[in-house]
Amino acid sequence: MTLEETFKKLNIRNEKALIGFVTAGYPTADATSEIADALIRGGVDILELGLPFSDPIADGVTIQRASEISLRAGMNTDIYFDVAAGIKGVDKVCLTYYNLVLQRGLEQFVSDCESSGIGGMVLPDLPVEESKPLLKICEGYETDLIFIIAPTTTAKRMAKILDAAAGFIYVVSLLGVTGTRDTVSDTIQPLIKSIREQEVSVGKEVPLAVGFGISQPEHVRTVCAFADGAIVGSAFIKLIEEELDSRNKMLQRIENFTRSLKAGTKIA
Amino acid sequence: MLSKPDEHGKYGIYGGKFAPEVLMTALEELEEAFSRVNSDKSFRSELSSLLSTYAGRPTPLYLANNLSEMSGAKIYLKREDLVHGGAHKLNNTLGQCLLAKHMGKKRIIAETGAGQHGVATAMAAAVLGMDCEVYMGTEDVERQKLNVFRMKLLGAKVNPVDSGSKTLKDAINEAMRDWVANVENTYYLIGSVVGPHPYPLIVREFQRVIGKETKEQILAAEGRLPDVIIACVGGGSNALGIFYEFLEEKEVELKGVEAAGKGLETGDHGASLCAGTEGVLHGMYSKLLQDEHGQIKQSYSFAPGLDYPGVGPELANLAESGRVKMDCVTDTETLSAFAILSKKEGIIPALESAHAVHYAIEEAKRRGKGSLVVVNLSGRGDKDTFIVAEAIGDKN
Repeated sequence: MTLEETFKKLNIRNEKALIGFVTAGYPTADATSEIADALIRGGVDILELGLPFSDPIADGVTIQRASEISLRAGMNTDIYFDVAAGIKGVDKVCLTYYNLVLQRGLEQFVSDCESSGIGGMVLPDLPVEESKPLLKICEGYETDLIFIIAPTTTAKRMAKILDAAAGFIYVVSLLGVTGTRDTVSDTIQPLIKSIREQEVSVGKEVPLAVGFGISQPEHVRTVCAFADGAIVGSAFIKLIEEELDSRNKMLQRIENFTRSLKAGTKIA
Repeated sequence: MLSKPDEHGKYGIYGGKFAPEVLMTALEELEEAFSRVNSDKSFRSELSSLLSTYAGRPTPLYLANNLSEMSGAKIYLKREDLVHGGAHKLNNTLGQCLLAKHMGKKRIIAETGAGQHGVATAMAAAVLGMDCEVYMGTEDVERQKLNVFRMKLLGAKVNPVDSGSKTLKDAINEAMRDWVANVENTYYLIGSVVGPHPYPLIVREFQRVIGKETKEQILAAEGRLPDVIIACVGGGSNALGIFYEFLEEKEVELKGVEAAGKGLETGDHGASLCAGTEGVLHGMYSKLLQDEHGQIKQSYSFAPGLDYPGVGPELANLAESGRVKMDCVTDTETLSAFAILSKKEGIIPALESAHAVHYAIEEAKRRGKGSLVVVNLSGRGDKDTFIVAEAIGDKN
């Protein structure tokens, strides 16, 4: 199923998408498969699997730390695709940085995404201006390039981004890096509104999922009142971090937490 | 202009704007603001007054007689070590701080490796009345204690960075994260010709003054242009600064010297142009030190200012076209040049600059009498005395 079909299917059920992020290989590569299964049991709609990069400038301390540990334990792009291919029964998205895509070769990377069942790529350091070569390759595959819109994105840039967008749009809820926050930024609602207006004026509708700082069921509920999905990342990493000593307890907590987040995506 | 970036900020295939979406609007604003002030007479005259009365420009072009006698060719030193603060870095920080002020920003952030850019930013922020925070890897904080203390005295807040390799590249990562969070009131003052467009252009424009002066000075002293100009390359700002005015003077050879560290074959070096491959880091497409998957490798040099796994895109393009020739020099070779310059000329060079000095001595020997060699002595070595003491101690 393509990402847009997933959003449509959820819409029919009066649900929004819960997108859960974990860093592949944190704490180990086999743990990732079990963690993914726990997320799936908890009801995650889209699994965003991070391919760690040595210099993750868009990430806060939590994901930086997970990336370092994963890389030190031997994670690399080859292993990543093996792990990703083994995770079944959920839509998958790859989050990484552009250099890892470049070094594998654009076409090879996209083709490996497709054959591992990855329906989209989020690349925080690839703005629309630099995205042409990769977009062109994505046309031939069932893997979308997912763009980011931020609170600082101007209307002019929004139009350019919408024109290139597919799958969904990753709406960054605040000025800052990834990481848990206590409350949902109040800039998000007006931002979603202006993206929707821009969608109307360019005549293209792409689902909008909100990420950065979304870490509690209440946040998910708030965001899902006006967006098409919520992305939770650092909160999962923190939970894994807390339970490194007991795999079973970790998996149980992830499943329960996912379930509580998912409840927030259902429209009453 | 010979080496102008295209509308996407590219120099040949290098450069561009590989930055998070949050920063893209700020980068566009920066580009507009820079092109506005760069042609504005009152901005230029304010900056030029600061450069002469505060920074101490023009810096001398000194004929190093004792060194020349020992080596063969005449060796001239462009004395950027005499710029206030002890390095060429202030040329850029005064320019960018003034630009930030014109843009209405109140808070300046910067990254630093050796600490020279941090000190120069703290100075410029102090004199122009702005708040300043500097990110510095904990390894560099340890190696460059003197500069950390200087920054604090100058009123800057120093934020140690403990992630990754704990050096310059991680300080840049952290400064970018700060900028992403505070983009509306904060100006990110990058210290070298690296980062997303328009930074490589801005920094080069503010460092061009080195080459402009050098050209006038060598013509006045010798009545002709030099045969070769040599500069060390970390990110590349002192090198581009002195090279730029000479790009179209084809008879002048331009040579960049990278850190070979413990030797290229050991993998412990900072030679992105001599031994790197193409990729994207810190917002730019350039030559990088990386593994086959694209993970950035830890660079190494005992000169912290050269300890960086990337290089400016314009320099990458000039190296590829052959206009600038690249070579590299090890820690050990550098140490001997450091001692020679100190003893023969009474000038203690920065370890970064001592790489270029070593290369210049070799070049002067090869070329012999009658040739003219110019070296950019980009900084002074007071900050490095502890590193050198330790390196000499290790040997004895």
